[in-house]
Amino acid sequence: MTGLPILSIAIVLPVLGALLLLFINNRDGAKDALVRNLTLAVSLATFAVTLALWAAFDPAPAGEAFQFVERRAWIPAFGIEYYVGIDGLSLMLIVLTGFLTPIALLTSWESIETKVKEFSIFMLILEAAMIGVFCALDLFLFYIFWDILLIPMYFLIGIWGYDQRVYAAIKFILYTLAGSVLMLIAIIGLSWMHHAATGQYSFDLLKLYALEIPYNTQYWFFLAFALAFAIKVPLFPFHTWLPDAHVQAPTPGSVILAGVLLKMGGYGLIRFAFPLFPEAAVHFAPMIATLSVIAIVYGALVAMVQPDMKKLVAYSSVSHMGVIVLGICAANVQGMQGAIYQMLTHGVSTGGLFALVGMMSDRRHTRLISEYGGIKKVMPKLTAAFLLITLSSVGLPGMNGFIGEFLIMLGAFKYDPRFVVVAGLGVILSAVYMLWMFQRVFYGPVTNDHNRDLPDLSVREWAIIGPLCAMAIFMGVFPNVFLKPMEPAVQRIVERVQAHASANAERRPAPLPASPDLPVPVRTAGGN
Amino acid sequence: MFSNSFDAVIPVICVTLAGLVVMLAESFRGKGERMPLGGLAIIGLVGAAAASVLLWNRNATSFGVVTADNFSIFVNLVLITVGIMTVLFSSQTIERDNIPAGEYYATVLFALVGMMLMAQATDLLLIFLALETMSIAVYVLTGIRRELVQSTEAAFKYFLLGAFASSFFLYGIAFLYGVTGSTSLDRIGSVIAAQSMSGNPMILLGVGLLLVGFAFKIAAVPFHMWSPDAYEGAPAVVTGFMSTGVKAAAVAAFARVFLSALEPMITDWAPVLWVIAAATMVVGTVVGVAQTSLKRMLAYSSIAHGGYLLLGILAGSDVGKASILFYLAAYALTNLGAFGIIALLGSRDRANDDLRDYAGLWHSHPALAGLMTMFLLSLGGFPPTAGFIAKWYVFSAAVGAGYYGLAIIGFLSSVVSVYFYLRIVVMMYMSERDARPVPGPIAGLAMAGLALSLAGVLYLGVLPSRVIDWAQASVATIF
Repeated sequence: MTGLPILSIAIVLPVLGALLLLFINNRDGAKDALVRNLTLAVSLATFAVTLALWAAFDPAPAGEAFQFVERRAWIPAFGIEYYVGIDGLSLMLIVLTGFLTPIALLTSWESIETKVKEFSIFMLILEAAMIGVFCALDLFLFYIFWDILLIPMYFLIGIWGYDQRVYAAIKFILYTLAGSVLMLIAIIGLSWMHHAATGQYSFDLLKLYALEIPYNTQYWFFLAFALAFAIKVPLFPFHTWLPDAHVQAPTPGSVILAGVLLKMGGYGLIRFAFPLFPEAAVHFAPMIATLSVIAIVYGALVAMVQPDMKKLVAYSSVSHMGVIVLGICAANVQGMQGAIYQMLTHGVSTGGLFALVGMMSDRRHTRLISEYGGIKKVMPKLTAAFLLITLSSVGLPGMNGFIGEFLIMLGAFKYDPRFVVVAGLGVILSAVYMLWMFQRVFYGPVTNDHNRDLPDLSVREWAIIGPLCAMAIFMGVFPNVFLKPMEPAVQRIVERVQAHASANAERRPAPLPASPDLPVPVRTAGGN
Repeated sequence: MFSNSFDAVIPVICVTLAGLVVMLAESFRGKGERMPLGGLAIIGLVGAAAASVLLWNRNATSFGVVTADNFSIFVNLVLITVGIMTVLFSSQTIERDNIPAGEYYATVLFALVGMMLMAQATDLLLIFLALETMSIAVYVLTGIRRELVQSTEAAFKYFLLGAFASSFFLYGIAFLYGVTGSTSLDRIGSVIAAQSMSGNPMILLGVGLLLVGFAFKIAAVPFHMWSPDAYEGAPAVVTGFMSTGVKAAAVAAFARVFLSALEPMITDWAPVLWVIAAATMVVGTVVGVAQTSLKRMLAYSSIAHGGYLLLGILAGSDVGKASILFYLAAYALTNLGAFGIIALLGSRDRANDDLRDYAGLWHSHPALAGLMTMFLLSLGGFPPTAGFIAKWYVFSAAVGAGYYGLAIIGFLSSVVSVYFYLRIVVMMYMSERDARPVPGPIAGLAMAGLALSLAGVLYLGVLPSRVIDWAQASVATIF
């Protein structure tokens, strides 16, 4: 690629912003306004850079899989490089990160009152690390971004969170770390295998793709990778950190956590776990798919009984992320594309839900559903926005949620219809709990006197929820804007997984039909 | 082979001279007169560092028992850094605690002499002498605040157990001498290799006793009992000094003995070391979780770090040896920084090292809290700090040698250790300060030391390439 190192700019810009903030003396919060504006400006500039990436992105590249590639030797003794580049998959997630960070920052303007400077620094570092995760092509570099990210998030939850923040913060960091250290061992193991095969260490993803890994090793390494990502997603039964982290995190933390951080798990599965260890992936896919449908139904059932809106949304995330993992496990073009699309959708809709719940709790300092009722009469604008985002979340046709879910179901049906039956149940349940909550909170008479004089959306809040609503509709109407750029990337990954799967069909039952164009073959055997 | 060149001992001589000068200067000091004794010490240490750098790649040897190969030069530079930073942190604390400056600095320098010789010695007897020089000086430092009961108790405990360990070590040397007829590492190695003596019970006994001696100095489980008490009782600066310096010297000598002379017997001692390493990592972290005193907590953490270092020795490959060196450098910078902060926050009457003493530190000393956080993250192995690269390096060596199980144990124990490092962070950032007095301001010199330490931690964490290359060059010439 030519010219500017746009990816590095996108990573470095927030870091520079954070460094700049470090030198602003804001001892007693005297310069909070300056800090906030500056941080927002930096994050908007970063968003602009990510959009520039999209504008310059070639949707149908001729040869190279990755664009905007930058590579520089970093620790040459071990073949570790600063190696970044993106394909359509990374591009979308990077744009999502750029899009959500300013929104999350805006939600903080009234909810974060203390230590604004430090808060802003952590948010910017977080943004840099997230972009880094999505564009790193060197596994070592990827791991570093992956790990760095935990620290600002830990502080965000632990310092600015609600009552149980310290517990939630530590649980969050330990859970994630426990999963990721095993992945690090697998990464190290891969580099040694590359050394054994070629005489050189390498963490270069593309070179490691080419490695012939014996099935036994694949088996263990895949488990190590999958565990790290499953915890991040989070997949049942590794999800218990999520409700705590979400409920205790301050609103901007929740928005980023739900909007971007969870996506890193799905991204990791698609980018690393499946294509690096295709045979093991195909072998384990039915089990992971089973866990994911359990997550879909379980998350939905638990969400239904939550008295706390934030917790409800958190469990709905467990359910929705299960749908995404199901799409990945299908390992066909529709499933994967749907999964990625759903990741974007979920970022918009759940980010929006957390922002809206945050706005309500800013006003009333409670998130209990029972405290509300009849809000529609008091805050009609907020109600409209909430309805729109809710419908997007439950996957109403014409909204963004529908596209992703539909593609995933299509892919999963080709893979194994039984999963779709159960997952479909979860989708129905999601409509139940979301709409039921909506009904209890917004319809009916105003039962609580505290709710009578609540102010409706302010300009700042419009700036938060407006773009999210617009995206929810736009993505539902023009999905191809987003699907097209990622298609070659998805195609490549699916081909890679499928090729290995069919090459080894005689060793293990291949749960995949040969051609993606054929109607669904009737299958009786399979699964796990 | 026998050479009369003095080159290899020049760094040690520099430090010795500095120690003598400091001692003499103290005796000429008038009552109440302030002398820049720390400055003298630093001059000597910088001289030693310069001499070490000049000796790089020359493989000088002196008297046939002291070598200045790149391995020992690397370790010496780490030790000299430890010395310089200790001196920087000491200026404020020894005045506060009324510690006699001349004796203190001289003892630190003499301890360093012992440590440097341990890294350089190629003869078991000299290793023993160096070990004793170091140990006796460190015993004295541990008890240097004579008026404090726990300090004296710690010194006494350390001394008794240390004497035991030393005698084990000496006994081990005797057995090896009895079988091979030499105390020189080269000779022992060639005799063992030539006669394939790995099954010989006498030699196994000798190796086992040496292992005990080294394990004691590294504070490896089950020979770690002394370290929490000694670390807690000693002044925090001294704790920082011995948790890094003693460990670095002992690990260097351990690596040299076991990977050169006793390398042919690796199949005999590797399983034992495997168990010791695993136990050290697990016990260090698990018991560390239960501590409420910061000094004790970091004492257990340094036990665990000793376990990670053993992984490098166990791997035995060039990667393993180089990883030990890198780990020592990273660990020394980080741990000294952390103990430096503990020392600076103490007061004359109270060590102020209880976890609660750190509550709300962020509000009173934001810079110190930030520095401490970075050091703790480095100890916990988070990027982008030195601790992450170091941990990755040793674990990479372990995985490369096929020790997947040990690597998993190590990584999981490091996750557990993150829990207690984060407890300190929670205190500093997420708790309100109670009625305890807020610690006073920090002297500029000490801040400079901390800044140096942080710079090192970040440099090794972000641009580790150069030091990794040096570490690799250090092990290429020997073993």
